[in-house]
Amino acid sequence: MSLDTTNADRVGGPVANLTAWLGWFRPQRRREWVELGGIALTAILGVAMIGFILLDWLRFAPEWAVIGPYADLLFGQFIVAGMWMDHYLGTNVFSHPFMWRAIATGVLIGIVAPLVGTYLVHRQMALIGETLAHTAFAGVAVGLLFIALTGWTGSLLFVALIVSALGAVGLQWLTDRTNTYGDVPIAIVLSGSFAVGTLLISWGRDFTSLAIDIEGFLFGSLAIVTAEGAQLVAVLSVVVVALVALNYKQLLFITFDEQAARVARLEVDRYNTLLIVMTAVVVVGAMQILGVILVAAMLVIPVATASQVAESFRETLYLSILVGQLSVLGGLAFAIGASLPPGGSIVVIAIGFYLLSIALSGRSGTSISMH
Amino acid sequence: MKSVVTVEDVSFAYGEKVAIEDISLSIEAGDFLGLIGPNGSGKTTLLHIMLGLKRPDFGSITLFGEPIDEFDDGERIGYVSQRSTDRGSTMPVTVREVVTMGRFAHVGRSPLGTDDHEIVDEALETVEITDLADRRINQLSGGQRQRTFIARALASEADLLALDEPTVGVDAESRERFYGMLDDLNREGITIILIEHDIDILTKHVDKVACINRELYHHGDTVSFLESEALSEAYGAAHGVIEHDHP
Repeated sequence: MSLDTTNADRVGGPVANLTAWLGWFRPQRRREWVELGGIALTAILGVAMIGFILLDWLRFAPEWAVIGPYADLLFGQFIVAGMWMDHYLGTNVFSHPFMWRAIATGVLIGIVAPLVGTYLVHRQMALIGETLAHTAFAGVAVGLLFIALTGWTGSLLFVALIVSALGAVGLQWLTDRTNTYGDVPIAIVLSGSFAVGTLLISWGRDFTSLAIDIEGFLFGSLAIVTAEGAQLVAVLSVVVVALVALNYKQLLFITFDEQAARVARLEVDRYNTLLIVMTAVVVVGAMQILGVILVAAMLVIPVATASQVAESFRETLYLSILVGQLSVLGGLAFAIGASLPPGGSIVVIAIGFYLLSIALSGRSGTSISMH
Repeated sequence: MKSVVTVEDVSFAYGEKVAIEDISLSIEAGDFLGLIGPNGSGKTTLLHIMLGLKRPDFGSITLFGEPIDEFDDGERIGYVSQRSTDRGSTMPVTVREVVTMGRFAHVGRSPLGTDDHEIVDEALETVEITDLADRRINQLSGGQRQRTFIARALASEADLLALDEPTVGVDAESRERFYGMLDDLNREGITIILIEHDIDILTKHVDKVACINRELYHHGDTVSFLESEALSEAYGAAHGVIEHDHP
């Protein structure tokens, strides 16, 4: 980015437009421009990864759509470029389409998970992510049975997505109607859906040939990211980013002061449902790379890190995404290099960032205290 | 004069426990009403019912002449809830971001315009916190936080301010200044409903008083309230001193 603070004063038009678009986040210091630059790079990376997934998808477009062969050609070129990358880097990664699918999924999750997580964490709903991951696990089990019994050829994750979204709505319903502490329904749904998942899988083993890597879903694996899985993540990433951009203000108001938002006649219940369903969707996508057990980390740790050092909510959002993205890229590199599971690698790196932010901020006391 | 809020025969119970019984009152445009009563007398519940946060079991409410269920001009009400000074203690959010929330009900999903930012700047100016605008709210004192919330209400260009014990945790000097500011706003025509523990300070500023303890004991101007027996009746005859539930 060529925009820096000195340029900002001289160039009138585009900078003024950019600042208007950014709302009340008016970059004044070098640090804010650096963050914005990071966000721009992340956005470019995200768009490139969506482009890759789209190309991979279009290769198999129906014949009447004509585009198939062209997409195939471009995809081939992409893989050739990957071979060159491998050649120069001395790796054996970028020439494999399945690796690219996993990387693309990771990059997109590194954007959307902290994005949704920023609202969840500051609404004190961090554990909902963990719960919905367990619901998604039950969804995977339901999907496995459904596919085994009906011979359906669709994606397993699609079934998990539906079950998880239903679980999210059900959880909210339960929380609204039970007369107990807020985290009790969460604990019940968390363990309950895992119980259902394990039962279904054990039961299914008796009469179907379940050729599925359960451990992959539990701990995350690059190998379980299918083309359909990557496509699902691409679509949901676009939808989630668009929804958050469109409802940023309302979600912020409700997160900060739900009662005042109700008095201002914002449809709080509807936004709560939106947030929880978006979480369910992100969790299903992230489960492939991070695994059921670790998926909540991606919603929480980057946000905790950002909140430690950020000066504003918008900066928290930006920094969460940057930390999430760096954790994913670093974690994937480490996992591939050391042949270890990606989930654990990503989470450990994210925790590294978190500890660093505490050391840097020197305000750990004020962040935790209530006054 | 036009009624801003009317409450008619309203009752509300938490399960078996009746919190509000058969209360009727109306708040006119330009009123500065103090809502008082002992702890647990249903003040906050009544305020919540007036704002539509709770639905009464019996009775009806109108806001700005409309039945409460049909009222949707949320931006006309500025609400500062109980213990609002605790908000933002962990969430990273700046003073300007909080005040800007006052514009959200106006713009809906559209982006904020230059005029919105100008209104926010004016609101910050009015409560004299312009220099704190880019500070994280948890770095402010109680009084400064309170003014931030008032600025949010001003930014929404509210006609009605509803404040639930706004000066809990605020030092005496800031409190005095805060009430002076409310007087100014009321003179400019903003209707104010205020819940406050300290009856001395309350009666010095408000022009009307509603005294409740489950039922309405008094609703009228401050002078007639001070002359009446409503206070001792509502607080129970034995209570010479008004209790405070916080040190």
